[in-house]
This record gives sequence, structure tokens and C-alpha cells, in this order.
Amino acid sequence: MPTGYFLEHLWLIPLFPLISAGTMFFFRRLIPKAAVSFLCVGSVALSFLYAAGAVLQLLAVAPQERVYQQILFEWITPGAFATTGGLTQFVADWGYLLDPLSSVMVLIVTGVGLLIHIYSVGYMHADEGYYRYFGYLNLFMFAMLTLVLANNLLLLFVGWEGVGLCSYLLIGFYFKKESAANAGKKAFLVNRIGDAGFLLGIFLIATTFGTVRFTSQGLGDPVAFSGILQTLGALIDQHRLAYGAPVLTAIALLLFAGATGKSAQFPLYVWLPDAMEGPTPVSALIHAATMVTAGVYMVARMSAIYQVAPVAMDVVAISGALTAVIAASMAMVQTDIKKVLAYSTISQLGYMFLALGVGAFAAGIFHLMTHAFFKALLFLGAGAIIHALSGEQDLRKMGGLYNTIPRVSRPFMVATFAIAGFPPLAGFFSKDEILSHAFNKAQMLDRYLLLWIVGWITAGLTAFYMFRLFFLAFRGRSRISTHVEEHIHQPPLTMTLPLTVLMLLSIIGGWFALPVLWGEKNYFAEFLAPTLGGVEADTGTVQLGQHPLPKEYLLMTASVAMASLGLWFAYKLFLKNPKLHAQIAEAWPRLHRVLTHKYYVDEIYEVLFVNRLKDLSTALGFLDSKVIDGVAIDGTATLTRVFSRMSMWWDKWIVDGSVNLVAKITSGFSVPVRMLQTGMFSMYATLILLGLVILLGYYGHHMQSWVRNLR
Amino acid sequence: MMPAGHYLFLSLALLLIGAIGVVTRRNVIIVLMCIELILNAVNINLVAFSRLYGDVAGQAFALFIIADAAAEAAVGLGIIIAFFRNQETVFADEMDILKW
Repeated sequence: MPTGYFLEHLWLIPLFPLISAGTMFFFRRLIPKAAVSFLCVGSVALSFLYAAGAVLQLLAVAPQERVYQQILFEWITPGAFATTGGLTQFVADWGYLLDPLSSVMVLIVTGVGLLIHIYSVGYMHADEGYYRYFGYLNLFMFAMLTLVLANNLLLLFVGWEGVGLCSYLLIGFYFKKESAANAGKKAFLVNRIGDAGFLLGIFLIATTFGTVRFTSQGLGDPVAFSGILQTLGALIDQHRLAYGAPVLTAIALLLFAGATGKSAQFPLYVWLPDAMEGPTPVSALIHAATMVTAGVYMVARMSAIYQVAPVAMDVVAISGALTAVIAASMAMVQTDIKKVLAYSTISQLGYMFLALGVGAFAAGIFHLMTHAFFKALLFLGAGAIIHALSGEQDLRKMGGLYNTIPRVSRPFMVATFAIAGFPPLAGFFSKDEILSHAFNKAQMLDRYLLLWIVGWITAGLTAFYMFRLFFLAFRGRSRISTHVEEHIHQPPLTMTLPLTVLMLLSIIGGWFALPVLWGEKNYFAEFLAPTLGGVEADTGTVQLGQHPLPKEYLLMTASVAMASLGLWFAYKLFLKNPKLHAQIAEAWPRLHRVLTHKYYVDEIYEVLFVNRLKDLSTALGFLDSKVIDGVAIDGTATLTRVFSRMSMWWDKWIVDGSVNLVAKITSGFSVPVRMLQTGMFSMYATLILLGLVILLGYYGHHMQSWVRNLR
Repeated sequence: MMPAGHYLFLSLALLLIGAIGVVTRRNVIIVLMCIELILNAVNINLVAFSRLYGDVAGQAFALFIIADAAAEAAVGLGIIIAFFRNQETVFADEMDILKW
């Protein structure tokens, strides 16, 4: 078990940038700009130091024991539920894991991140949102470090969502510009689609394995702190899960859906070119070196599952190859310098997934590392050009800058050679590793040869468009407008120093994993082997031996030849005879138009999804205004009016009517009675007499007897 | 004395004549005179019975009635004169101001 100060304080690594981000958000007005720079760059530097220290302490133990986990607290404890393995107590904890894979990632994130922070000090010094920029950037560092250091999928997802949020905030940094705000929204929404699949995958893992922790190694009790790796092995040993089981394939595909969104694979890549609206250091950090590689990291982390789900691996490989070639084709015709680099990133990420899909997990991570170096260098260099040209980003308005800003152009040239895959630079070794593994797998099944061919052709396209970029930006006659040309100035040291450091890394970065066949040790793959070994499974696959040495050399020569072909074409079309490419574009206008419009994918998405969603919301709005407002609200009003009218009728005709009825009856009775009053007293006298007679008649018999008594 | 029945018959006859006169006559002064007839009829009745039973109360009552008749005639005539000053008529069928 590895121990040490830096390992015990692993949790500090994400915490430093979080503290400086919090300070930015709460106290930004009170802090002078110099202090902001010192605080934010310093916190990342501290994280880098702690990370380096932790990795060194990790290296001190034997390779099998290089896993360090620490749990800070139990985070989600819903209790027991049924899984494929039986009834299990599910616990998701907030813990950090440092093993070879995450140590590679954490060093890349903090190291390249530190360089980009230093660069940003120079690049953003004139911007009034300086504080906000560094606050968001440090928040991003916190989220990304949580992602790479997480010891379980749920905490990884927290970091995953956090980097998505920071990506949105930073892409839309110039929020007053409508296209930037839209690009931020687009990035977040497209990302979210992938995240839905990712979450489903996590849930499926939870119900299948009863845990989301990656491994139980390093935590003492393997039963109480179960891990996916060990549970997978146990389930396969107990024959409860088989190699290639549907549930495993489903898990792998759902997780890959999340990776597709985050790492901009086909068909969820559309947000990355638009993301170039953000400041250039943001593009370098988030969309080249770190955030987009989170998908690759996650798939590599889950390599055990992928290795027992061959269908999913094929999907990953095919998707990666497809993305690589499509993106490369689109990069060839872009005129904005950052957009070329964006499509290049998508293409290189495709390479990484191709590597993961053919089983070369170490090669994929290796390419991730070398790509971080030279892509960050390319983006920072592009930023330096844009800065020097006072905001000009169109390649058609650049040229001849090679000797004007040498501190930028020399590293940029090195990076271009590196990405094209020329030895002995870093890109050659990583790309060659991938292609050789793809060719290796093709021995098993001829279909896989197609993957190698696609990868090989894409290497040529990569060289072509990268050198096109280089020639258009730096060489040839200057097409810069005179107004801009007057104000060209050298970028400051804070910007050129990171470029130089990255250039050195691009040169030596490949030497960690020299091909085994040359008699060198592949340190990188050996370092990562314990993490990426997977579980022992009766896979029934043929163990392939290495190629014979001449074949390996043949493959290498083929890749270098393809890269040189790309360079030569770029030279011919853009340097030697600048009008040639315009003539070619005229010769094949339809193809040129399809490529320039990026295969109309954005338009297709707009028709298929965006407009349909707008239709849905229109329909719901109609429902709301006509049905809900109409029936419920207006209907209630009408009903109330009807009831009040009925009430009025009752009041008028029944209640008042009964009163009036009494009056009418009374006056009805009075009519005959009134007739009695004739005013003629002789009638009255008659009536008196009549009454007297009646009375006498009534009491008559009494009188008769009384009179008789009188006698 | 004569048999009481004769006096009673006379009283009855006078009463009836007076009653019919009150009801039937057009001129209101004649009606007043018929009222006097009724009162006199009552007087004769009272005196006859007084003589029959030897009780003087009857005769005393008759004196009261004579005084009352006189007062009544005076008041009645006063009313007729007042009415005549107002409506210019003494005929009963033309006195219908209080008609509905």
C-alpha cells in the first residue's frame, strides 16, 4: 500500500483551484489584478506540485500495489437493493483514487493547465472580465480534477457535469456576442444528450454490480467496499455473466454515448467547432487537452467492461475511425484558424477511440498525452497569432509571419510536424502505436484491416490540413491587411514561455513509449498495465504474437510516407502555386461546397431536431393558450356568467315576483270590495237595514220566548 | 186602555214607512223626515210598553229620544246645507264624491 504526505493529502489537489475560484466569485472587486493572477496561477501550481509528489510516492511501491484510495465521507447511501449479484448494500462515497491511469491524467491536467494559466495572464490581461475568466477557469480545474481523481462513477459524473458547466460558461465568456452565447448553449445541450446515456449506463452498472466504485483495491475490506473490477471478475467466474453478455454490451454502449457527447464524436461533435467562440486559452485547455479527453479517460477506466463486451468495442473503434476521417475531411477547407484546429481535435479524438476500440488502451491514453502537448501548443500558438494580428482569425488574411514572430512560429512548426506524425516527435510514436495495434487486430479478422486503412488515410489528411494551416498562416506572401500589419507586435513572455515548454514536451513526450520491437522498454504501457489489464475471462480469442520486425518497419514507413504525401500536397497547393487550390475547388464545386458546409450536418440537425422541438413547444403553447386558458380560465368565466344570469332571473322573477304577487292578490281582492263604496248613502242605509233584519232573524227565537215570559 | 197590539202595530207601520223612505227617497231632506218618523215609531213603542207594564222608564227613555232626535235633526240639516254649498245638489243619487 503506498503511503506518504502527498498521497494522504490527495484531496487537496482539487481543493486548491476551488478555493481560488470561490475567492474570485465572492471577493473579485476587492482584489487587484496582480493578486488575481498570483492567486489563480499559484493554486494550479500548488495542485501540480502536490500531484507530482503524489505520483512520485505512488511510484515508490511495486507495480501491483500502485493503487491508492481514500474515502472522505459516505455520500449516497440508499440502502440495499437487488442486483445481478444478489442483494447488496449500495454506497457511493466521495473518495479519491490514484493509480497509474489517473496519475497520467492528473499530471496532464495540472501540468498543461498550469502552462495555460500562465499563458492566460498575458492573453487576457486587457480584458475587463479578467476576474471572471480566472474564476471560471479555476472552477473548471476543480471539476476536471474531481473527474480524474474520482474513485467511483458517480463522483466522476459530478466532475463530468462540472466541466460541462464550465465549458458553457467559458465558451459564452463574451456573452454580449450573440454567437458566443448560442455556442455555449449548443455545447451544453449536445453534451447533455450524451450525459443521458451516460447516466443510464451508471444506473445499469449499479443494478448489475451493486457498486459504482472502480476497484476495491487499497481500501482494506473488499466486501464492504466493493469495486466494479472485482465484482465483474467474480460474476464471470460464477458464470452469472458471460463474455459478451447483452447487459455488459448495453452498459458499454451507454457509457460510450456519454463519451460521444463529451469527446465530440460523430454524431455529437457539432458543438466543438462552435466552441471556438470562447477565448483561445479556453479552447486550448478545455477543448484540446482536458475536457474532451474525459470521454477517453472514462472508457479507459471502464476497460474491464469493454474487454468483455466485444460488440461495444467494435462500435467504439468504428465510431472513432469514422469520426477521424470525417473531421479530417472537414478541416481541409476551413478558413478560420481555430476551426481547423477544432476539427483536428475531433479527428484526433477519433484516433484515441479507435485505439480503445481495438484494445490498445495504453496506446489510446498515450495518444491522449501527446495530443495534449501538441494540440495545446497549436491552440496557444494560434492565440498568439490572433493576439499579434489584433484579432484576425481568417487564414486567407494571414501569411509571411514566419520571421515576424519567431517565438511563435518555431514552436508552431514543431507542433505541426508532431501532429502530422513525423519521427522522432511525439505524435509519430503514439499514432504509430495505434495503427500498429489496429493492423495487429486485422490479423484476427480481415474486416479490421479497413480500420487500419481509414486510420492510415486520415494520417495523410491530417498532415495535409495541418501543413495547409502552417503555410497559409506563416509562409508565403503576406495577405495581411495593412492596417493590421502596422500593429503587429511580439507576444509577451507569459505567452511565449508556455509555447516553448510545450514544444519541448512535444519533442520528448513520445520517448516514454518507444516501440518494444526496437528493443526499448515501453515504459508507458508497462506503467498502465495493472490498471488496464481487465479481468481474466475465457475469451476464446487467439493470443496474437507481435509482428515480425520487418513488418513493423514496413508499417512505420507507410505512416511516414502518408504523412510526407500530405505535406507535399499542402506544399504544392498552398505554397508553390497558391492559385492551384482555388482551381481545384472550381473543378469539383459540389464536393467543395459539401465540405465547406460541413456535410450540412448542422442543417440536418436543425430540421430533424431543433425545428421539431420548436414545433412541439408551439403545440404546447397552443395547448396552453387555447385549451388550458380557454377551457379552464375563459370557460370558468363563461360558466360564472351563466350562473349569475340564472341567479338574476330567480331574483327578478321568483323573489321579487312573490312580493309582487302578494301585492297583486291584495289589489285583486280590493276590486270587488271597492265597488261597494258607491258614495250613495241610500245604499249604505239599505245595507244597515238589511243587517238589522238578519240579526233580528238570527236572534228571533230567543226574543219570542223572552216576550212570552214577559206576559 | 186599548189593547197594546194596536199601538205596536202603529209603531211597526211607522217604522216600515220610515225605513223604506230612508232607503228609497231621492231628496235627502225627505230622508231626514223619514228618520224622524222612525224615531217617533220607537217613541210610540216605548210609551205603549211603559203603559202596559206600569214602568215609567219607558216614558223617560222616550223623552231622551225626543231630545236626541231634535239634536240629530239640527246636525243633519247642517250637514245638508254644508254639502249643498259645496255641490249644489240635494238629491241622493248625485252625492257620489266618495265613490271609488
